[in-house]
Amino acid sequence: MKTDTTAIDIDRGKGDFFYPEAHVRDAGTGLSERTVRYISDVKEDPDWVREFRLRGLKTFLEKPLPTHWASKDLEAIDFAKIRYYLAPGTEPKRSWDEVPDDIKRTFERLGIPEQERKFLAGVEAQFDSEAVYSNIKKAVGEQGVIFVGSTEGLKHYPEIFRKWFGKVIPIADNKFSALNSAVFSGGSFIYVPPGVKVKHPLQAYFRINAENFGQFERTLIIADEGSEVTYMEGCTAPKFNTPTLHSAVVELIALKGAKIQYITVQNWASNVFNLVTKRGLAQENAEVKWIDCNIGSRLTMKYPSVIMKGRKARGEVLSIALANDGQHQDTGAKMIHAADETTSNIVSKSISIGKGRATYRGLVHVPKHLKHCKNNTECDALLINATSRTDTYPAITVRGTGNAVQHEASVSQVSAEQIFYMQQRGLTEAQAMSLSVNGFVNDLVRQFPMEYSVELKRLIELEMEGSVG
Amino acid sequence: MSSVANHEVAKSGSILSGPAEFREFPDWFRDQQRAAWQQFESLPQPTRKDQAWRFANVGLLDLGPFKISSPLSEDDRKNILKYSSGLDHYAARMIFGNDQLIERDVVSDDLKRRGVIFQPLERAIVEHADLFRKYFMSTEAALGSAKFAALHKALVSSGTFLFVPRGVEIEQPIEIFHWLRHDDVSIFPHLLLVTDELAKVTVIEHFRSCNRTAPGFACGVNDLIAGPGAKVTYVCAQNWASNVIALQMNSTTVDHDASAMSLNLHLGSRYSRFESLSRLIGEGGRSDLLAVAVAKHEQEFDARTLQDHVSPHTASDLLYKNALDDRARTIFGGLIRVEPHAHFADAYQKVRNLLLSDDAEANSMPGLEILADNVRCTHGATSGQIEEDQLFYLRSRGIPTKAAQRLLVTGFLDEVIQRLNHSAIATHLHRVIEEKFAA
Repeated sequence: MKTDTTAIDIDRGKGDFFYPEAHVRDAGTGLSERTVRYISDVKEDPDWVREFRLRGLKTFLEKPLPTHWASKDLEAIDFAKIRYYLAPGTEPKRSWDEVPDDIKRTFERLGIPEQERKFLAGVEAQFDSEAVYSNIKKAVGEQGVIFVGSTEGLKHYPEIFRKWFGKVIPIADNKFSALNSAVFSGGSFIYVPPGVKVKHPLQAYFRINAENFGQFERTLIIADEGSEVTYMEGCTAPKFNTPTLHSAVVELIALKGAKIQYITVQNWASNVFNLVTKRGLAQENAEVKWIDCNIGSRLTMKYPSVIMKGRKARGEVLSIALANDGQHQDTGAKMIHAADETTSNIVSKSISIGKGRATYRGLVHVPKHLKHCKNNTECDALLINATSRTDTYPAITVRGTGNAVQHEASVSQVSAEQIFYMQQRGLTEAQAMSLSVNGFVNDLVRQFPMEYSVELKRLIELEMEGSVG
Repeated sequence: MSSVANHEVAKSGSILSGPAEFREFPDWFRDQQRAAWQQFESLPQPTRKDQAWRFANVGLLDLGPFKISSPLSEDDRKNILKYSSGLDHYAARMIFGNDQLIERDVVSDDLKRRGVIFQPLERAIVEHADLFRKYFMSTEAALGSAKFAALHKALVSSGTFLFVPRGVEIEQPIEIFHWLRHDDVSIFPHLLLVTDELAKVTVIEHFRSCNRTAPGFACGVNDLIAGPGAKVTYVCAQNWASNVIALQMNSTTVDHDASAMSLNLHLGSRYSRFESLSRLIGEGGRSDLLAVAVAKHEQEFDARTLQDHVSPHTASDLLYKNALDDRARTIFGGLIRVEPHAHFADAYQKVRNLLLSDDAEANSMPGLEILADNVRCTHGATSGQIEEDQLFYLRSRGIPTKAAQRLLVTGFLDEVIQRLNHSAIATHLHRVIEEKFAA
């Protein structure tokens, strides 16, 4: 496919700036019942959502940090210093012309290109915690597809929203899903009617701007019977000195025969804690596929999951993680087989550069009396420097006969011969290394939508700069 | 305070009442035991939330009912001796019942003259205190059972000390038997094996119960030291009675150019946890970790391993195979750890589960922690069942289903046993596996 690459040039340096904040609604710093009530008041939540938030808060406060298995770095998060809610105080914008100029400039510098806007079916860009701009192309709207912010979804489509909200990821799933349940704002709500195949990917950009401000978006995607949808999210954030927290919850529901593909390119600044819970539910013959790239952040903990609840459901996670100095990419996948003939596939590739640490954590569960379930897991790790670190911690439970589960992992480095060969052909050592790394992830990247794969390759090249020599 | 120490049934005679009277050990050893007891009491009882005990049925670790070992009658001794059959040829042998030494067949005069020491632990503590103190439990139990290692240290009363000096190769295997006699008795088997440079030795331990249903508790620790260039082979044939709770903590230290191979066969017990820690501390060291488990009924086998590459240019290879029937459970928690600067490590880890019933459950956690560069590390875990066409093939040759199944399981497990490259031991292991199938 021929592409004009200059149009989608994403340079991380360009995200490294910010405009003065002009937040009308601010819940202050710290988390208490007052904060949660304040958010509910501003958002005019119905009673059930108010209760939901308060239960979330209670669970969050009760649950300890999961440091018995997770990184002790979590203890560096000062929950009292975080701002849990602020919004520009405007309703989501309908057309591009209505978007304030300085925000427009922010997106300009982020490199959301004109060309891409045409290509994409709709853009839901989140600036801090409210959707600033949302637009669905006419064609998608005519097909009956709902693509709105989660607040709007909750208000205008309560009958669909409430049925599925918090059903795949309950409040008490983990400490951070509880936190999100208490203070969530922003994120997308998507409903695809039966049989509708959304041709173009739906896209949202997320961005953190206010210092010390956690972003707690909540996304709920429902693909009705036989429908298909692809959702993409990409993130960049300006750099701030104090740690910032991003803790999203994403729930996907693929009803009978539906297909959902969810693509993330995560490139937060290197002081962001990115603690995200993502889980999909696949009914009979349905498919949920997560494509997950983690390049930025200080600590990412993210394990996209699929619960295969119906016969012949499929789950897939393709994941790429890149950990540079000061970064810990703790990523992985969970596959819960809950019906016969369900199949799942996990392919994870990680690259550790400098003092970076990449961790794969996986869970595959095949409970008893299921037949003909299959899982395949492959984890490959690449170490660039002598100080780089990689870990693999899978947990696989299989009960009963009639199922096949296999897991394979390897750790390696770029071979000296390869580098030598390329240097001999006139490449510098750094170029050779970069080429090798791109080769390592190439078979995965090829499965990504075109513009993402190009962006990703560029990001990898940027990260590789200065890692050798 | 730990829940175990608070246990209400902790009465006199229970292991939880502690080492009331220390045996006639030297003062320094008694002090060690007292300190270890305090450590045991202060460490918390493991819970399922501990990563090192994930998936394990920790509820089975109630030590309240178990007693300090009781004396044996003359008949007991005779019977134990009679049933202590293992290999046809051995270089030396020790037989223990309820932690009491029943018989010792010493090494040949020639080996003795060349400096081989083969003694009960209590004698070695006195006669070879320097060697003993240097190596006895010198590696921390890092795989989750620190509490039970402390219990072992506090209550160990006998065991085997084997020292093979520089350049001495012992051709025939050395055999050790540990028997559990009486209900609810507890034992604390210990093997301290030290090999000097270029020495070579094979040791096989048999763990057995006199009564096939008697409950009991075995809490063993082995220190296996492979000196520079030494070759150490260790085999454990665990066949406790069906109500026994067993914990075994083995640590192997592999010096430069040495090779250590271990094979653990798990057949008996209600719950058996086996921790194998292999530390590769010198360049050119190699460690092979092998295990075979046949789990039936309600049995739970819990294997935790660590292949710890401390030094550069070291190799390790792990192969664990489980065959699971009925409602049996197995847990494999393994880790390959390549320490900083341990470059050029070559590590492999593979666990394979063969599920023979719909209620069996296999848990696998093959892990990697790589902190060095220029390494080659791979691991794999598979779970599956007997292939229908293989079964069909055998049945079409007139072999009944049950027998065909057994044949295929034996073949599945045989790959591991063959790695030992020791036909006498292989034959013995196959025989005890057959007995389990037949039972």
